[in-house]
Amino acid sequence: MSDQKLIYLDNNATTPTDPRVVETMLPFFHEIPGNAASRNHPFGWKAEEAVDYAREQISGLINVDPKEIIFTSGATEADNLGIKGVYEMYARKGNHIITCTTEHKAVLDTCKKLEKQGAQVTYLEVDSEGLVNLEELEAAITDKTILVSIMWANNETGLIQPMKAIGEICERHGVLLMSDATQAVGKIPVDPKATGVHLMAFTSHKMYGPKGVGALFVNRKNPRVKVTAQLDGGGHERGMRSGTLNVPGIVGFGKAAELARKEMQSETERLSKLRDKLESGLKNKLEEVYINGSTNSRMPHVTNISFKHVEGEGLMMTFNQNIAVSSGSACTSASLEPSYVLKALGLGDDLAHSSIRFSLGRFTKEEDIDYAIDAVSKGVNHMRDLSPIWEMYKEGIDLDSVEWAEH
Amino acid sequence: MAYSEKLLDHFKNPKNVGTLDKSQNNVGTGLVGAPECGDVMRLQIEVDEDSGVIKDAKFKTFGCGSAIASSSLATEWLKGKTIDEAVAIDNMAIVEELALPPVKIHCSVLAEDAIKSAVADYKEKNSAAK
Repeated sequence: MSDQKLIYLDNNATTPTDPRVVETMLPFFHEIPGNAASRNHPFGWKAEEAVDYAREQISGLINVDPKEIIFTSGATEADNLGIKGVYEMYARKGNHIITCTTEHKAVLDTCKKLEKQGAQVTYLEVDSEGLVNLEELEAAITDKTILVSIMWANNETGLIQPMKAIGEICERHGVLLMSDATQAVGKIPVDPKATGVHLMAFTSHKMYGPKGVGALFVNRKNPRVKVTAQLDGGGHERGMRSGTLNVPGIVGFGKAAELARKEMQSETERLSKLRDKLESGLKNKLEEVYINGSTNSRMPHVTNISFKHVEGEGLMMTFNQNIAVSSGSACTSASLEPSYVLKALGLGDDLAHSSIRFSLGRFTKEEDIDYAIDAVSKGVNHMRDLSPIWEMYKEGIDLDSVEWAEH
Repeated sequence: MAYSEKLLDHFKNPKNVGTLDKSQNNVGTGLVGAPECGDVMRLQIEVDEDSGVIKDAKFKTFGCGSAIASSSLATEWLKGKTIDEAVAIDNMAIVEELALPPVKIHCSVLAEDAIKSAVADYKEKNSAAK
């Protein structure tokens, strides 16, 4: 195995910044150094102009008004601002929030924080594909419900939630709908207004833009949505998010949005073919391979696969000098708990420990996939040769009947 | 996470992978951990009944790299030791040898448990036989 070869299949963690984006950003570090809030000299004017242009590029990607884009430091901040901001702004209306168990921690932990401050939060379960149940969602809405927050697409499985149907339910009950669309924007068509989404968090670095810049879409008309600012200061971004704008980052974010819009369709076709090739290649070479989550409603570039009786982190160590992926195994985190997202799909802990997430991207080539199929199969076989539970499984022993000495 | 060279070597070229005949009286088997916990270690020893010395040791492990390396190292250490010496192996010695990071110390504990469990199995078999 060559040590030079390095294949990046972890694009859901972050994407490499597109060289065309980097090039667009460069002048805004030195040649055009202004603060976009400096109203009295050309340095400021040029910076503001660049920010306005980026705001248009981004709003164009998701079909909203440029004034509805609030720049933040990333999706985590946008999730915090959206949820906490609505909770404070609409406190007189109610204190109930509905979300789901497979959300990103930026949403779940924000909700947990608000629970300590008096919020009532309903965490909806998902089915074995990862989808929220629309009837349960509707039944959970009360006269105290001020916000429903459901992610557009899941980071671990790529599952896409039925946002349009969720939007219709919220519309019927006059409840605000927010979506963490971090993984979806720039990858699949996302149109919050047509979907009935009133607030939406997303970020630049998941769509080939730079890290450190994201946005919250806040609907301005029908209904006019407001969020209470979470940072106090100069009153930037229409008072909703103070702090000097990250001009080079925003410029890059804008360029990334423009590129995503242009290339989305062809990339979707290309990547879904490569993803399917990866899945069928691994299934052809190996037994006991399971695709986790829905295969009907999912992003084109993601697959989450469990290799039964092989532990995920150990498996990654067989090829991580050459291929970068993620695992839902506990061993990759300090918590020693396997992925809560996979567990919410009803996967046993053993399969959750055995999972690998492959997320392809703009710079993934077909030869990378060929290489990955080969290297991952070899790794799985190596680990199965070492695995006592694989041996037991092969001998026909029912693993559920074994009395394990849990530790 | 950067792992030590020794750990990586035990992971990539594990020593003493395999299965001993557990029906033999002089073979002790320890099976510790659970699939739900992400670690299952099976460690086996073959004991020379006259001297009480471990002639051979084999393992199979379902787990992360540290768990595999810990069990591989344990089998290396076991060979040539008496069963009394074997149960004296402390998990911290494994931690030190492989430079396990703090979040992986449980892997060494599992290896120590597997050794003790294999020895206990051997002793039980042989007290019953006699």
